[in-house]
Amino acid sequence: MTASGRTPDLPTGTPSLEICGLAYAYPDGYQALYGVDLTIHPGERVAALGPNGAGKTTLVLHLNGILAGGHGTVTVAGMMVTPAHLREIRRRVGIVFQDPDDQLFMPTVREDVAFGPANLGLRGDELGARVRHALDRVGMLDYLDRPPHHLSFGQRRRVAVATVLAMCPEILVLDEPSSNLDPASRRELADILLDLELTTLMVTHDLPYALELCPRAVILDHGVIVASGPTHDLLCDDDLLRRHRLELPFGFDPARLTVP
Amino acid sequence: MSGAHDRHQLYRAGDTVVHRLAPQCKLLAVLTFVLIVVSTPRTEFWTFGAYAGLLAMVAALAHIPPGIIIRRMAVEVPFVAFAVLLPFISRGDRVDLVGISLSESGLLGAWNILAKGSLGVVASILLAATTEPRTLLLGLERLHMPQLMVQIMQFMFRYANVIGAEMHRMRIARESRGCQGRNIQQLQVVAQSAGALFIRSYERGERVHLAMLSRGYTGTMPPVIDVRAGRSSWAVAAVLPILAIAVSASGWTMRR
Repeated sequence: MTASGRTPDLPTGTPSLEICGLAYAYPDGYQALYGVDLTIHPGERVAALGPNGAGKTTLVLHLNGILAGGHGTVTVAGMMVTPAHLREIRRRVGIVFQDPDDQLFMPTVREDVAFGPANLGLRGDELGARVRHALDRVGMLDYLDRPPHHLSFGQRRRVAVATVLAMCPEILVLDEPSSNLDPASRRELADILLDLELTTLMVTHDLPYALELCPRAVILDHGVIVASGPTHDLLCDDDLLRRHRLELPFGFDPARLTVP
Repeated sequence: MSGAHDRHQLYRAGDTVVHRLAPQCKLLAVLTFVLIVVSTPRTEFWTFGAYAGLLAMVAALAHIPPGIIIRRMAVEVPFVAFAVLLPFISRGDRVDLVGISLSESGLLGAWNILAKGSLGVVASILLAATTEPRTLLLGLERLHMPQLMVQIMQFMFRYANVIGAEMHRMRIARESRGCQGRNIQQLQVVAQSAGALFIRSYERGERVHLAMLSRGYTGTMPPVIDVRAGRSSWAVAAVLPILAIAVSASGWTMRR
C-alpha cells in the first residue's frame, strides 16, 4: 500500500486538487455552493458525501471548468482552472458521470475510449495502444468493437472509467460510481478502482462504498463542507450523519469493522 | 432490447471484396450508378436488364443471398402501388391488354418508376448490407459532407434505442395506470408523453455535451478510425459505374 492508504496528515508537494473558497450561484439565482475548501494530495482517495441537493454535482462540474464564474479558485496539480488552460485541465481531471449512456456517445467502445486522447492530438498506433491499455485496466479489452448499448450497465460504467483513464488524468472524479449497479458489478468496480491506485475524488451517498474505497471523506451539505476526517470516524458519528441526511444501510455498523 | 436491434440491422458482416472497399468509394459508386440508371431512356428495355445483371454480380461477390434483397425491397411498396395506378389513370393513346384498356404513356411511366426505382433500391440495399453504419458515416465525412450533419446522424444512430427504451418505459408506466393509447380521448395524454420525451431527450443531449466537453471536445470530432481509401479501392469501386456507363452509352447509341 502506498500513499493511497495515507490519511490527512500531509504528504508534501503540490496537491493534486486544491479548492479554495468556491462559491457558485446558478444563473436563475439558486446558490449551490457557499465557499468550499478541499485539498487532495497525490495518491489520496477522498469521498465527498452528501445528500441529494447538497451541491455535489455542482462541485464536480467546477473541477474541469464546465461551470465557472463564481468566487474562489480550483487548482489542479498547480494549474489554475481558467479558460486559458481548459484543454490541459480537462486532460488532468477525468470525470466519470453518473449515467454511462451520457458518457458513452460514440458508436463503439473503441471509438469512445479514443475520443479523449484523440482530442489531445494522439493518432494512429499511439492512440490504439492508449485505448487498449485503458480498457485492459478495467477488464474490458474484449469488448473493443462492441457498441456501448450492447453492454450490461456494469460493463458500461467500467468503459466510462476507461474513457477517462485513456487521458492519463492527474485525478479521477467519480460521480455516484455505485448507482444502479447490482452487487456483483459494484464489487467488480470497487476492485478495479482500488487497483488503479489513482488520486480519486468520489462523490456519493453510498456510505459503505465510500468506507471501502476512501480512507478520507468530507461531508458536503447546503453548499459547504461541514465535516472532514477519516471516513471511518465520520461514519461512526451518528449525530453528524443524521444532521446531514446521511444514513447507513440497515444492519451496517462501521464501528464493528476493522478498516485497513 | 439488443436482440431486437440485431434483427433490424441492415449490415451483414462479411469479408468480401465489396465489404473491404472503403465506404466513400462505395457511396460514390452507388450514387453514380443510380444517376446513370435514372438518365437512361426508359424505352431501352434491355439496358435495365443489364443494370440488374450488374447488381446481381455485386450481390454474388458480396455473398448477399437474393432472398434477403427481395425481402428488403418491401420498402418500395408504396411507390409500386402508385406505379400500378398510372396505366389506369393516365390519359393519351390507349392500348388493350388482356381486355383492359390501358394508357400507353401510363404503362411506360409505370415501367419507368418500377425499373429505375427498384434498381436504386437494390443498389442501396447492397450498400447498407456491406457497409457498417458508422463507417458509412465516416465515408460521408471523407466526401466532405458537413461534419455537423455527420455528427447528428452519428448521435441518432447511438441514441435511437436509448430514447426508444425510454419511450417504451413511459408507455408501460402509462398503461400500468389504465391509459389505453388507442382510445381517441386519451390522445392528449399520449401527446403530453411525447412532449415529456422530447424534453428528456433534450436534457440528455445537454448531459452528453457536458461529457464531451469534459474530454476535450472543441466542436469537431477527432479522426479515430482511418478510412482513407487507396487507389486500388477506388479502382475496384469504379468498375460498377464504368460498366453502367457502357450499358447506358450503348442504349443511347442504339436509340439513334
